[in-house]
Amino acid sequence: MAISAPINQVPIVEDEAVVYSRNTVWSRFRKHKLAMAGAIVLLLMVVVAVFAPKLAPYDPNAIDNVHWQGNPLPPCFQDAGQCGAHSLGSDENGRDLLSRLMFGARISLTVGVAAVIMELIIGTLLGAVAGYYGGWVDYVVMRITDVFLSIPLLPLLLTLTAIVAASSSKASLGFGVIVIIIGALSWPGVARLVRASYLSLREREYTEAARALGNGDARIMLRHLLPNAIAPIIVQATLDVANVIVLESTLSFLGFGIQPPTASWGNMLANAESNLEVAWWAAVFPGLCILVTVLAINYIGDGLRDALDPNMR
Amino acid sequence: MILHNAPGGGLGPYLQNPHITAADIARLKHNLGYDKPIVVQYVLWLGHVIVGDFGYSTSNSEPVFNAILERLPATLELMVSSFVIAFIIGVSAGLFAAVRPYSIWDYFITTFAFFGQSMPVFWFALMMQLAFAVHGIPLPGGYMIQLPSAGISSGDTFDFGDRATHLVLPAIVLALLQVALYSRFMRSSMLEVIKTDYMRTAWAKGLNFRTVLFKHGLKNALIPLVTVTALTLPGLFGGAIVTETIFAWPGEGRLFFNALGQQDIALMMGYLVFNAFLVVFFNLFADVAYAWLDPRVKYD
Repeated sequence: MAISAPINQVPIVEDEAVVYSRNTVWSRFRKHKLAMAGAIVLLLMVVVAVFAPKLAPYDPNAIDNVHWQGNPLPPCFQDAGQCGAHSLGSDENGRDLLSRLMFGARISLTVGVAAVIMELIIGTLLGAVAGYYGGWVDYVVMRITDVFLSIPLLPLLLTLTAIVAASSSKASLGFGVIVIIIGALSWPGVARLVRASYLSLREREYTEAARALGNGDARIMLRHLLPNAIAPIIVQATLDVANVIVLESTLSFLGFGIQPPTASWGNMLANAESNLEVAWWAAVFPGLCILVTVLAINYIGDGLRDALDPNMR
Repeated sequence: MILHNAPGGGLGPYLQNPHITAADIARLKHNLGYDKPIVVQYVLWLGHVIVGDFGYSTSNSEPVFNAILERLPATLELMVSSFVIAFIIGVSAGLFAAVRPYSIWDYFITTFAFFGQSMPVFWFALMMQLAFAVHGIPLPGGYMIQLPSAGISSGDTFDFGDRATHLVLPAIVLALLQVALYSRFMRSSMLEVIKTDYMRTAWAKGLNFRTVLFKHGLKNALIPLVTVTALTLPGLFGGAIVTETIFAWPGEGRLFFNALGQQDIALMMGYLVFNAFLVVFFNLFADVAYAWLDPRVKYD
């Protein structure tokens, strides 16, 4: 969500005395019980998403013409006689809810990861250049991020998707467009983070040593500075995956994201809203999926933060 | 910290920039009469905005400025009530958690905050509707809590009770995220304050629990929270889009949402400028309030 952006600001690691040995990080992470639980839940979600075509009991877009009479079919645990072997019931069009949830997981997780990768590329690049060179480059980049940060994300996203949808010849927005729009608007957080790290890292002796050895700027930025600035970026990126999943589902819910009949957790809820009185299951389960996934990722992010920097707490 | 909160120096005139590209794309598509270059259109639009002319809203058949102004009271009603709820609950929960850190209550509150932060607003709204409006919550003694799930009032005449019942659900939905946020910040800020020397002095003087906690502790712990609050308030308008749409609340958020559906570019732009204005205003407010509340902060 738009509001949640400032919560997830990660403080910059000032002291590199902390050793980021892979083993110590992992053992610290393992001690964080909720983060481990989150990791397991997320792993399950990923497995379901990857193997959705194999695992799903039905085609997510197939209408059950045998049982469906125009009303959503109830889940089997509520009414075994009526459910027609749909364990979580069906939606208002007689499509199997469980199968749609599984395919929805694909959309949510892919959009989350893809948008964050894009955000990381743009944010790291701009932040690194701004922090490394300083001066007017820094000034220009930071003013651009200020402009982006000065408008709440959700209205801006909605405006862009609405306008792109209206100006494109196709009736519906593709999956890729959503990823690009979200990624293109959410990078300023990462850029600030990277810039702040680079501002201090460029003064270090090893940076000077690298320069003295004749390394180019690009090489210094990527090979020498990036590994030392990576910890807060990882934490921020993890938390941003959760943010993006919520954003995508919000967009889809409002009708500006993933378009039906493709199942996404958000647009399943949009249909469920109008059937709230007859079919509680269609409204409860997709939202529960979002909540559980986002919660899992947030806890992983929390665990990573503790594991990567024990001084932060 | 101050640098982080300060609005960008050269921000003002370019504030409308990021969505402008979007706007002129759509304008070109939309208002076929326009054959001027994009940049010229933008400059013209900017010129109009500076003198207070936000254009004409095609979906509402009235000037954008009037449309936004008209919806303001409803949005403020929702915002202010949700903010008051959230601030009271958030601050007391955070305070409570900080006084007994790592107790069962602390874990309960921090877990709740995590949930609140991860909750998709629209789903929470749907669940509240399902529980309180569709089914109703039965109370002992045969009473039912059943709340209206749409609109701001049942009739045209003003009835306080009716308005209040309509307000409950959307205000709670909008408050959830803020409660999570404020309780987290309050907890960490209070934990910082409790460790300070002046708190130890206060305890050592033999002051009673309440005086130390509220007069010495809370007052200082609230200072950073003021900044956080001021910075998140404009973001609340984003959350209000969803909440107002679901609860059919006649405020800014729904106005904007309708404008999206009807390709009412002037209104969308007006709303975004309005939002950007709020962000800058609240940033400034945060800086000023910070310096005023905390004499240790000095601006050069």
